[in-house]
Amino acid sequence: MSPPPVSILTIKNLLVERGGARVLDIPAFSLSEGETLAIIGPNGAGKTTFFLAIARLLDPVRGTLLFKGQDVLRPELTISYRRRLAMVFQDPLLLNTTVFHNVAVGLKIRHLPKQEIARRVARYADMMRIGHLLNRSAKSLSGGEAQRTNLARAFATEPEIILLDEPFANLDAPSRDTLIEDLRLVLGQTGTTAIVATHDRLEALRLADRLAVMNEGHIVQTGACQEVMNHPANELVASFVGIETLFPGIVQKASGGTFTVEVAGQKIEGIGEVAVGETIICCVRPENVIISRREAGTETSVRNNLPAMIIKIIPQGPYFKLQLDCGFFLTAYVMPQSLENLALKEGKRVNLSFKATAVHAIRRGK
Amino acid sequence: MDLIISGLGKAFRLLLSLDQEVLAITWLSLKVSGLATVISLLLGISFGTTVALTTFPGRNLVVSLINTGMALPPVVVGLFVTIFLWRNGPLGFMGLLYTPAAMIIAQIVIATPIVTGISLAAMQSLPEKLRLQILALGATRLQMLWLLMREARLPLLAAVMAGFGGVISEVGASIMVGGNIKGYSRVLTTATVMETSRGNFEMAMALGIILLFFIFLINAILSRIQQQTKVR
Repeated sequence: MSPPPVSILTIKNLLVERGGARVLDIPAFSLSEGETLAIIGPNGAGKTTFFLAIARLLDPVRGTLLFKGQDVLRPELTISYRRRLAMVFQDPLLLNTTVFHNVAVGLKIRHLPKQEIARRVARYADMMRIGHLLNRSAKSLSGGEAQRTNLARAFATEPEIILLDEPFANLDAPSRDTLIEDLRLVLGQTGTTAIVATHDRLEALRLADRLAVMNEGHIVQTGACQEVMNHPANELVASFVGIETLFPGIVQKASGGTFTVEVAGQKIEGIGEVAVGETIICCVRPENVIISRREAGTETSVRNNLPAMIIKIIPQGPYFKLQLDCGFFLTAYVMPQSLENLALKEGKRVNLSFKATAVHAIRRGK
Repeated sequence: MDLIISGLGKAFRLLLSLDQEVLAITWLSLKVSGLATVISLLLGISFGTTVALTTFPGRNLVVSLINTGMALPPVVVGLFVTIFLWRNGPLGFMGLLYTPAAMIIAQIVIATPIVTGISLAAMQSLPEKLRLQILALGATRLQMLWLLMREARLPLLAAVMAGFGGVISEVGASIMVGGNIKGYSRVLTTATVMETSRGNFEMAMALGIILLFFIFLINAILSRIQQQTKVR
C-alpha cells in the first residue's frame, strides 16, 4: 500500500479582492508533493490571480497559505518562500542579455557560487534543449526557444513548486507539442511539484495527474483527470471538459445506482445516485457515442440505442464531429475511416448507442 | 567666414598652449555640470523609478509636473534659486549666492526633471509583468530595482546624456546665480556670453568650440557605451 500523499501546499479561506470586487475565493485547496495539477478555465477565471496569490506576488484580504505546514503569509517569510518556488508566465519575459545570463539570473539572485551557477545553467539548458543557444542574445530567440529559456530559468532554481501560467499559449502547434513533451519529461526527471494553467484540456491531460476547473475566481471542481472529464460537477465544467451533449430529463426509475430518465420521449439509462421525479442534466462524452447503420439486427448490447439523423458533419482535423438529432441534440466523434465505411452524410438516418456508464447525471442544485 | 576660421585657430591655440584661464574655466564647467548631473541622476532615477512602479492618488498630476519640469527655462530656475539664496531669502544664511555651489544647485534643478521624466518613461516602457517575474525569481526589492534599471539601461543612458547636455549648455541660471566672477564662477557658457557682448568674437568662438568639443566627447563616450549595451 502506497503511503498517503504529503501536502506541500494547503490553502484555507483565501480571499483576494481588486477594486472592492472578489477576484479569488478559495475555501480549501491542497497540493500533494510531486504531483502535477492542471487548472483549466475560461479567460478571467482567476487562474493567474491564483498563481500570483500562491507566489505571494499579491496580498490576499484574508486566508491561510501553508507551505509544508508553515504559514507563509507572514511578511518576513515572503522572500525565502518565493525562493522555494518558481513561476513561468505566458510571455517569456526574458532580460535583454544572453540566454546564459537569463537562465542564471535566479541563481545570481540567490548568490550561488559561480561554479554552481555554471553547472546548473548547463544542466537545465540541456534538459530544455537550449544548450547550444547559451551565448545567443535572448532577443534573437524564436518564441519556442524563448519559452524554453524561460522554463530553464525557472527549473534552474530547483524549485519545490513550479507554477506554469499558460506557458504554451503563444506557441505554434509543433513547438507547443514538443515543448509539452519535454516539460513532461523534465517534471518526471526532477520530481518537481507543478501547477499548470491552461485553456486546453488536451494539454492538461498530457501533463497532469489531477485536474481543477476554475471559474469566476472559484475552483469549481478538482479531481483525478478522468473523474473530472467523465463526471463533471456542473454544466460549466461539462462544457469546459468537452462534453457538448447535455440534456435535461426527469428520472423515471432509480435503483441500485442506476437510473432511467425520459428525454423527448426516449428512455435513457445512466449510472448515478438520483431520485425518482428529479430533473437532472445528463452528459454524454462525444467519444463514447457509437454510430452504426440503421439496419435490422444491428442493435448492440449497450443499454442506450437510439435512432437519429445526422444534422451536420464538421471536420476537426484527425476526426469528424457529428451533430445528431435523436429527439434531442447529441454530438459524436467518428474517424475518417468510419465515416467512409458507414457512408455517413448529412441527412442520413443512423443508429447511435452509448453505455449506461457513459451517461453522467448532474443534479440540479449541485 | 574669416571669423569662424580664426575662431577655430584661436580655439586650438588656446587648448594647445594650455592657457591657464581657459583651462580653469573648462575645468569648472565640467566640475559644476558633472557634479550637478551625478546628483540629478541619483535624484531623478530614484524619483522616476518610484513614480513608474507605484500608484498613488494624484499620480497623473505628478507625471504632468515632471513633464513640465523637463522644459523649465534656465532663467526662471536662475530667478528662483537667486531669490532663495538672496541675503534675505529662505536660504540666504548659507551665503551660497555667486558661488559655484549655487550654480550646481541651479543646474540640479534644471537637470533633475529631465532625468526624472526620461527615467519614468524608460521604466514604464518595460513589460508590466517583468517586475512580477523578477520578484517571482526570488529577488529582493533592491535586486528587482537593479535588474529593472539594467533592463532600461539604454534609455537611462539617454537620460544621462540629456541631463548633462541640458546643464553644460545652459547659461541663464549660471550667470544669474554664479555671477560670472573671473577665476571663481566663470564657466564656458558665461564666458562666451561675456566675450560676445564685448565684441571679442574670436575668443567667444574659441570658448564655444571648446564647449562643443567636450559635449561631443562626453556624448561620444556615452553613446559608445549605449551602443555596446544594445548589441550584447
